[in-house]
Amino acid sequence: MKIALFGNPNTGKSSIFNLLTGLRQQVGNFPGVTVERKSGVFQIEDVKYTVTDFPGIYSIYPHSKDEEVVYKVITNRKNKDYPDLAIVVVDSSNLERNLLLFTQLQDLKIPLILVLNMGDIASKKGIEIDLEALKSAFPSIELVSMNARIGFGKDRLIRAIQQHTFQTSSEIFLPGQFPLSMEDEEGQKEEANQRYHKINGLIQKIVKQKPEIEKYTSSKLDRILTHPIFGYLIFIGVLFVIFQFIFSLANYPMDWIELFFMKLSEWTSAALPSGILNKLLSQGLIPGIGGVTVFIPQIALLFFFIAILEESGYLSRVVFIMDKIMRPFGLNGKSIVPLMSGIACAIPGIMATRTIADWKERLITIIVTPLMSCSARIPVYTLLIALVIPKTYIGGIISLQGIVLFGLYTLGIVAALGLSILLKLIIKQKKTGFLIMELPDLKNPRWGTIFQTVLEKVKIFVWDAGKVILAISIILWALASYGPQGSMEQKIKNTKSSTLFKESNKMDQANYIASAKLEGSYIGHLGKLIEPIIKPLGYDWKMGVSLLSSFAAREVFVGSLATIYAIHDDSASKQRLISRLKAAKNSEGQSAYTLASGCSLMVFYVFAMQCMATLAVVKRETNSWKWPLIQLLVMGTMAYLSAFLVFQILQ
Amino acid sequence: MTMKLSEMSAGSKVVIETICHPFLSTKLTEMGMLSGTELELLYKAPLGDPIAIRVKGFTVCLRLDEAKYIHVDSL
Repeated sequence: MKIALFGNPNTGKSSIFNLLTGLRQQVGNFPGVTVERKSGVFQIEDVKYTVTDFPGIYSIYPHSKDEEVVYKVITNRKNKDYPDLAIVVVDSSNLERNLLLFTQLQDLKIPLILVLNMGDIASKKGIEIDLEALKSAFPSIELVSMNARIGFGKDRLIRAIQQHTFQTSSEIFLPGQFPLSMEDEEGQKEEANQRYHKINGLIQKIVKQKPEIEKYTSSKLDRILTHPIFGYLIFIGVLFVIFQFIFSLANYPMDWIELFFMKLSEWTSAALPSGILNKLLSQGLIPGIGGVTVFIPQIALLFFFIAILEESGYLSRVVFIMDKIMRPFGLNGKSIVPLMSGIACAIPGIMATRTIADWKERLITIIVTPLMSCSARIPVYTLLIALVIPKTYIGGIISLQGIVLFGLYTLGIVAALGLSILLKLIIKQKKTGFLIMELPDLKNPRWGTIFQTVLEKVKIFVWDAGKVILAISIILWALASYGPQGSMEQKIKNTKSSTLFKESNKMDQANYIASAKLEGSYIGHLGKLIEPIIKPLGYDWKMGVSLLSSFAAREVFVGSLATIYAIHDDSASKQRLISRLKAAKNSEGQSAYTLASGCSLMVFYVFAMQCMATLAVVKRETNSWKWPLIQLLVMGTMAYLSAFLVFQILQ
Repeated sequence: MTMKLSEMSAGSKVVIETICHPFLSTKLTEMGMLSGTELELLYKAPLGDPIAIRVKGFTVCLRLDEAKYIHVDSL
């Protein structure tokens, strides 16, 4: 049995979905579009029901690409999502507007259950609904009163589903041609007018409103949250608290996860007989899975906070005060959350763009978010700054290194906004973006829903993006572990015969061998192959190898440099890595890490799309490889050109 | 006298006359904003745009670019 959930936005539809399905939920996309398709199963006695939660709509006629999904499903009985039964959730405090969709669905001849939700809010507003009058207006419809926020009425809903005959009602609310085509805007408007005219007649019998409470005064809290000064101060404060939590809390589990997978691969490598399988598992697969898992704490924490903001209704106030500021950049008030998340990690930011209804604004947000300097760039920035920027203080107080770091972050933000303006001019869209958005009443968030959201987002990341990340990490591992016939062996032989090697202790010898292996591997050859291309930026092949391998994740740059300069990568040897890098010479015998090449590398990392996990998420969120590839190309070009400029000017 | 909703100040109570934008008028009609519906301009965002209006027991925010198509009359 297929059950569909319909309703206006903010009617508590998802609470009912959670009540019915619990944790047995799946999130995917509707075929061909990036509209979230949440479905879940539950069982009553021997009957299994599949519930699909459809996006919130006011009418069956679509006004955005996302809303077309609903229209296409319910106007075509052959569609595989066409429901056997539809549950229409209505907000009791707003019956009139909610009944429009309900009467349309009734006229589509779908068997229906009408859920009167949020009765508590209605009574607070002094609204009373005469259930008998409602029943007599729609005699063949099953009616259930619920308060889904507190789980009230669940049993009644289940009984109603169980006892439903799945017969369509023979009544027609509005006679005439129905449904109209998607394009017939004029007809749709006329139909809405006629339906409301009839609904109004009914409402007078059904809804009793005490006149003294009818007058609405917008809450004081709302005035403060949207205040010209306090509104922004509160928003900055909220962001500050969120980032404090993310940077102080996410690091612990991230370190544990890294340590766990490191130990696991050491253990696997020792426990299994040596050979290709051992290497594949201990050096390819396990670190690859670790590379996916390590993102989970940040994603979970960010979504925990985003869900609180969204659930409480605060997020729509943020959108309200930010919209005008973001619009000149082709962005939307809702873009602020993804962009801010991007400072921690672009992945949850991009996953949070689903709330942006306008496709163009959403796409621009997705494309520019990775330009915000994420936390994975910090190790790269700090290493390079320590390497080439002198530890001086301007006027005795302001650290030059600090200014450079601040400059890199600013550069990322400026680039993100600049690219937005450019994309706004380039990307064409037929319909212009509209904001029309309900500001729901502020309310306490429900922890159940928040944890569901966190779980759901983590699941999406692990399954959908995880596959791509795992595949690319195995490819990168293979490129770094294997080389053309005899090449690695030759490099190792050369190293072993050098006097430097013979005079070194055992640990250093192992590091020299690792370095020789990397040089002889495919990725080492690739590094040398691209050397002519990256030479104008001031890089040699060793940096080339590190650039290539850091495509897995930016912070890999540091570890990769350590390997290639034959230093064991741990925190104690950071200082040794820096002194080794300072002494490093390029193939022409000059210093490899000068102010010019160091700054060129920093700028490169500000712009370059050096993160396969983000690409995988963009692919999922845009439903094609087109946009992630464009993003890779555009950001790569920006990185190359600006690194070139920086190097040539500073040299 | 007909005025544009985008030109009203916070606190004004008006009644919708027409919405003269093909796509917008369908969408807003479906949200219950018909000709003759009363609405109140609750408050404006700090930069004067968007605006929040109260209509039929719910609050909606609109950009001025959208509100200018809503022609209203004083109550």
